[in-house]
Amino acid sequence: MVNVLDLPEEELIYPGTRACAGCSMALIYRIALKALGKNTIITVPASCLTVLHGMQGFCTTKVSVLHTPFATTGASASGIVASLEDKGLNEDINVVAFAGDGGTVDIGIQSLSGAVERGTNFIFACYDNEAYMNTGVQRSGSTPPGAFSTTTPDGKIGYKKDMPKILEAHGVPYVATAISSYPLDLYEKFSRAKEIYGPKYIHILAPCPPGWGYEPKDSIKIGRLAVQTGFWPLYEVIEGKFQLSKDSRRYLDPKKRKPIEEYLSLQKRFRNISDEIIANYRDYIDNLWKDIKTRTKEEN
Amino acid sequence: MTITKTKNVKTEQRTKILTGNHAAAHAFRQAKVGVVSAYPITPQSPVVEKIADFIAKGKLNARFVKVESEHSALAVCCAASATGSRVGTATSSHGLMFMYEMLPWASGNRLPIVINLATRATGAPWSVWTDHQDFITVRDVGWIQLFCENNQEIYDTNIQAFKIAEDPRNFLPVIVGYDGYILSHTMMPVILENQAEIDEFLPPLKHHINLSDISVVKGIDPVTTPHIRDRGNEGTAPGYFEYRYALQKALENSINIIKEVHDDYTTKFGRSYGNGIFKTFKADNADTIIFAMGSVAAQARVAVERLRDSGTKIGLVSLKLFRPYPAKELRDYFKTKKAIIVFDRDIGYGYEGVLSYELKSALYNLPEAPFIKGFIVGLGGRDITTDHIIEGVKIALKQKESGIISQKTEFLGLKLDELDFLK
Repeated sequence: MVNVLDLPEEELIYPGTRACAGCSMALIYRIALKALGKNTIITVPASCLTVLHGMQGFCTTKVSVLHTPFATTGASASGIVASLEDKGLNEDINVVAFAGDGGTVDIGIQSLSGAVERGTNFIFACYDNEAYMNTGVQRSGSTPPGAFSTTTPDGKIGYKKDMPKILEAHGVPYVATAISSYPLDLYEKFSRAKEIYGPKYIHILAPCPPGWGYEPKDSIKIGRLAVQTGFWPLYEVIEGKFQLSKDSRRYLDPKKRKPIEEYLSLQKRFRNISDEIIANYRDYIDNLWKDIKTRTKEEN
Repeated sequence: MTITKTKNVKTEQRTKILTGNHAAAHAFRQAKVGVVSAYPITPQSPVVEKIADFIAKGKLNARFVKVESEHSALAVCCAASATGSRVGTATSSHGLMFMYEMLPWASGNRLPIVINLATRATGAPWSVWTDHQDFITVRDVGWIQLFCENNQEIYDTNIQAFKIAEDPRNFLPVIVGYDGYILSHTMMPVILENQAEIDEFLPPLKHHINLSDISVVKGIDPVTTPHIRDRGNEGTAPGYFEYRYALQKALENSINIIKEVHDDYTTKFGRSYGNGIFKTFKADNADTIIFAMGSVAAQARVAVERLRDSGTKIGLVSLKLFRPYPAKELRDYFKTKKAIIVFDRDIGYGYEGVLSYELKSALYNLPEAPFIKGFIVGLGGRDITTDHIIEGVKIALKQKESGIISQKTEFLGLKLDELDFLK
């Protein structure tokens, strides 16, 4: 268990980035870099993180960053790893891909799947703000049902891809979910991932004030509600073994979970959501936790 | 092409009977590439199969990243190059087109990657046979593009390609093209040079970008602006416009580097390919020139002999360097010629053959510009016979003499009369 005093004081991102006010991706990145340390090379596709990194002529981070076209994040990380292996430096340097949900679950899924299938020794971190926020809030494969986006003016029809499960099905040694509102849990997960050899996948929900339609001050609160309602369970799958994270453990009891409406009603993107879809959310959460309960019993 | 072996015979030099694909693979082995990444596609696949074999047998110490697409193959190459390794790949047709997004990315970052392209027609409909459409289609992405006419030239050009790509004045990626099947799967004797001599010619890469040196923090490729950026105490940062101007300048300057590398190679290993830019055959004293590339030029050599026998003062210019386009060199060479007949194994759809219209453009302002007539031949592997070439030359010269010049794009070797539904 880490506490806040265990976190390194040094920030690996310079202040004054171009991220929006209340951006939880900026917080995720900051905490993750503290866990990863300076012996790290980052690769990033077109995404909000490209914006955070700033314009040509400045370097916003204290670690090197390679930007790469949208579909290529997994391949780009593979190229860095291959070159480090070629030079015999792969033991000393963490290679970390940081992509948004579009760059992970949509256009990036192929190169991610390939990199993972090859057993590439790297961390892939998806910060999931549930739509193409950088291009102006268009729906992605990770947008949840009923959510408004500029391309789903009547709310999204369909599902949110369960990317951690897809990665788990690849047989990778480490899969985890996290969220910006529980930074110590996030820090621990990155710290753990970097000690494991092979492909590691961390999927981090990233509340987005302009995209989700809430006040910047509510970023932490909304992230906590995502966990407290049971919508976003925090867990790890280490070598196939499921482990519910401490901050989610109490929600095994359905009575401890807050009603999903508390989470949805704070966000303007769900303003016109129907009762039917809300009912679907309740069913979804119930089934999700039945599954978690089974896995928790079976595997512990 | 002239093959003249110098006297200093190198003891470990070996002649092997190799396909064009395996000649390319041997060149990669001897260039000691650090990272290869590729995806299977006909007719390129034997290049990377051979590389995998070299690695498995311990003859090449490289990382081969076996990716799930060509798009990823070039993305891996870009990232590995930016991390400081010597990298290369091979592809064909749809593979190259799938790589398209990453091509200007590599050149924009000035990454010295080498792609071997076993040329192949582009679908639809499917065709696995050669033409130069894939090679021609990527002419505007900022890569150096060289074309080969035989398997020895593939080997030699690949060694030179890394040297050209990694020249510190330059740093540009290179595509080495050669005809699918006609060279890729045809065996010819190829001289493989002594490794120590190759090492001397091609020392280890000293890259201008090296992510593996983590003591120097680099932010590679953040977003640029249309304008120069003021960085306060740290001076100014270029805008996108300046980056792309620098790329154009590098390509322009690379012509001299390409010649220089070719000449150094000739001095060291005794083989030359014209001036490294284009090759000539009986062209110096000719009035009429056939202008072509790769397999088409090879076939045209036979046509030149036959036309010479019947009294036509004709020769061949075979283009080796397609990008940067050697306009000045071609103008100098062609300024005294009377007629040039261009045979394109490609087409700029809706216009004409690309070699043809680019040559017209290059010679436009000559005081006495030669007559130029282009033909489309051999798309999708259709045979190009000596008769086709001779027919084209005769049609062109007749049009020149009569003054009745067809501006239509003409195809040679079409067999429309054999199609039932047109009868």
